[in-house]
Amino acid sequence: MTDTQQTSSALPADRSVAGDSFLQIRNLKMHFPVTEGAIVQRVIAQVKAVDGISFDLLKGETLGLVGESGCGKTTVGRCILQLERVTEGEIVFDGQDLTQLTQKELVPVREKIQVIFQDPYSSLNPRMKIGDMLEEPMKVHGIITDAAKRKERMRELLSVCGLDPKFADRYPHEMSGGQRQRVGIARALALDPEFIICDEAVSALDVSIQAQVINLLEDLREKFDLTYLFIAHDLSVVRHISNRVAVMYLGNLVELADGDELFNNPTHPYTRALLDAVPIPDPVVEEDREHKVIKGEVPSPMNPPSGCVFHPRCPLAVDSCRTSVPEFRELTSGHRVACTEV
Amino acid sequence: MAKLLEVKNLTTQFFTSAGTVQAVDDVSFDVDEGETVAVVGESGCGKSVSALSILRLIPWPPGKIVGGSIHFAGRDLLALSDNEIRTVRGREISMVFQEPMTSLNPVLSIGLQLTETMEHHLGFSNDQAHQRAVELLTMVGISEPERRLSQYPHHLSGGMRQRVMIALALSCEPKLIIADEPTTALDVTIQAQILELMKDLTKQMGVALIVITHNLGVVARYADRVNVMYAGKMIEMGNARQIYHDPHHPYTLGLLASVPRMDQPRGNRLIPIEGQPPDLTHLDTGCAFRPRCRFAVDQCAVEIPSLQAVEDEHTAACWRVSEISELKVAS
Repeated sequence: MTDTQQTSSALPADRSVAGDSFLQIRNLKMHFPVTEGAIVQRVIAQVKAVDGISFDLLKGETLGLVGESGCGKTTVGRCILQLERVTEGEIVFDGQDLTQLTQKELVPVREKIQVIFQDPYSSLNPRMKIGDMLEEPMKVHGIITDAAKRKERMRELLSVCGLDPKFADRYPHEMSGGQRQRVGIARALALDPEFIICDEAVSALDVSIQAQVINLLEDLREKFDLTYLFIAHDLSVVRHISNRVAVMYLGNLVELADGDELFNNPTHPYTRALLDAVPIPDPVVEEDREHKVIKGEVPSPMNPPSGCVFHPRCPLAVDSCRTSVPEFRELTSGHRVACTEV
Repeated sequence: MAKLLEVKNLTTQFFTSAGTVQAVDDVSFDVDEGETVAVVGESGCGKSVSALSILRLIPWPPGKIVGGSIHFAGRDLLALSDNEIRTVRGREISMVFQEPMTSLNPVLSIGLQLTETMEHHLGFSNDQAHQRAVELLTMVGISEPERRLSQYPHHLSGGMRQRVMIALALSCEPKLIIADEPTTALDVTIQAQILELMKDLTKQMGVALIVITHNLGVVARYADRVNVMYAGKMIEMGNARQIYHDPHHPYTLGLLASVPRMDQPRGNRLIPIEGQPPDLTHLDTGCAFRPRCRFAVDQCAVEIPSLQAVEDEHTAACWRVSEISELKVAS
């Protein structure tokens, strides 16, 4: 599964948008122990949330990371943010392996990597005014020490995110879901980051509001030269926003390609099943589509299948899939797939 | 086909400390035998409340059905006594809810929940009900039905629980199933399994289906007719092709333009509907969509437009309904 040659060959088709590799993930594993016993705790199993994945993020791109619940996509984001102590592997950003840094050494890195969470209701402190929430990271990191300048920057952030500066004196409960998510975005921008991890950032929003926030994210990427890791389960949104797309299944990457390539030419049987399952909002298109429903459910990551993790549900599985783990091989330039049968 | 359900001028309000919420405001629609009708709209538009009103499941206080009539198979459901409506619920009209974990009883076995319904409504004996329960679980694609019957909801995955909900909904062979966001909590491959299952079984058994959802893709794939709601009102009704290919209400237009589509390459910018949905306690006079509408004129602020015919079976509540096609092209 590990492949260190990926770095140079994984450039996307539209090189104008994205540049050099600026985050490298190598053989990342995150296993969570499952314990038993109230006083003397024994480890009885491991949940293999992320089980050996490697990919690169390119400067200026949006990389979509998709998969169903429990596939480990959020854990990948949390590992990059160093909110988890990874079990194994490297996360190289700016020439430093983040997994080897101390909390103190991580502080300057945290300025550059920010996150937007799914639920704007639970990710904003209900007792803080919006303005204070946006100023706090600047205070903590000592970015702007002058209080008046900080206020000015806070107002600027609000208006950049499409909010009236008068919202500075409000509390989260006085705002709608869409407005709160704009606050979440403004807060992520407060430290002028290079890289933002969007973890289901638009999933909780209604479609008309979701479109507003997607457009805002796209505008901000251009304006501030940002790179996004866009973690989501909604494939339509991912297709719209991503330059490249990676598909995860049960802790493993199964396919990675340029966005249009992946959606026009899905190769891995899981990717195909996933795309088949998404209904298109057009009754005429839907009438002509063939719906091959994939059997079964996702197995438990505590006890994943041997060999290729997808083999129990796979229509193409052969005997060797049960025993040997498929290599994440390059099919065409930049299009990688973990399957031997395609 | 014969009309199975006829909802006329239904108005449901919630009396809260912040004021009266017009959750459902003068809504009329009908469902024919065996057809699938979708109710779409965004959070808070009244789609769930209108469905719950059909079975009189609106909790009082604070909610109350304050007007209208709901005729189902020849009876006015709003005129029935509490005992009489109980014989309709689950027997003639059943529901599938969004979150199967909260709608199944966690301390009763799957078997008991299935057999209880049949024993109560159909007068089945213990054995009969047990046998039928095994059949039902097999029908909804649950393996080892005998073993599952003795299990509890927490033993099952989300998809499995939703299959049990569907078995439960079908158990008394109702004429109508109301499914309120039946797949919203599920992953997309499981969503496809559940929706195909519901479609096959309802076709097979000739059951009519009301699907309430915000997912425009699901509607396009499964619905015969589509009702679009906004701020407690029906704003456009028609068959699926009319709604998706020839929408006549500016809100429907905006909704369709703001959904990203998986079958279209990247590059097109989404066209969102600007602004926020209105506060239902403080509705202005006139059309509720006016503040967000690109085509609003003076009349829209004065008078609420009623549903006007576009063509056969296709209606839209907009003052400029006749000009929309031209306005659409011009913008």
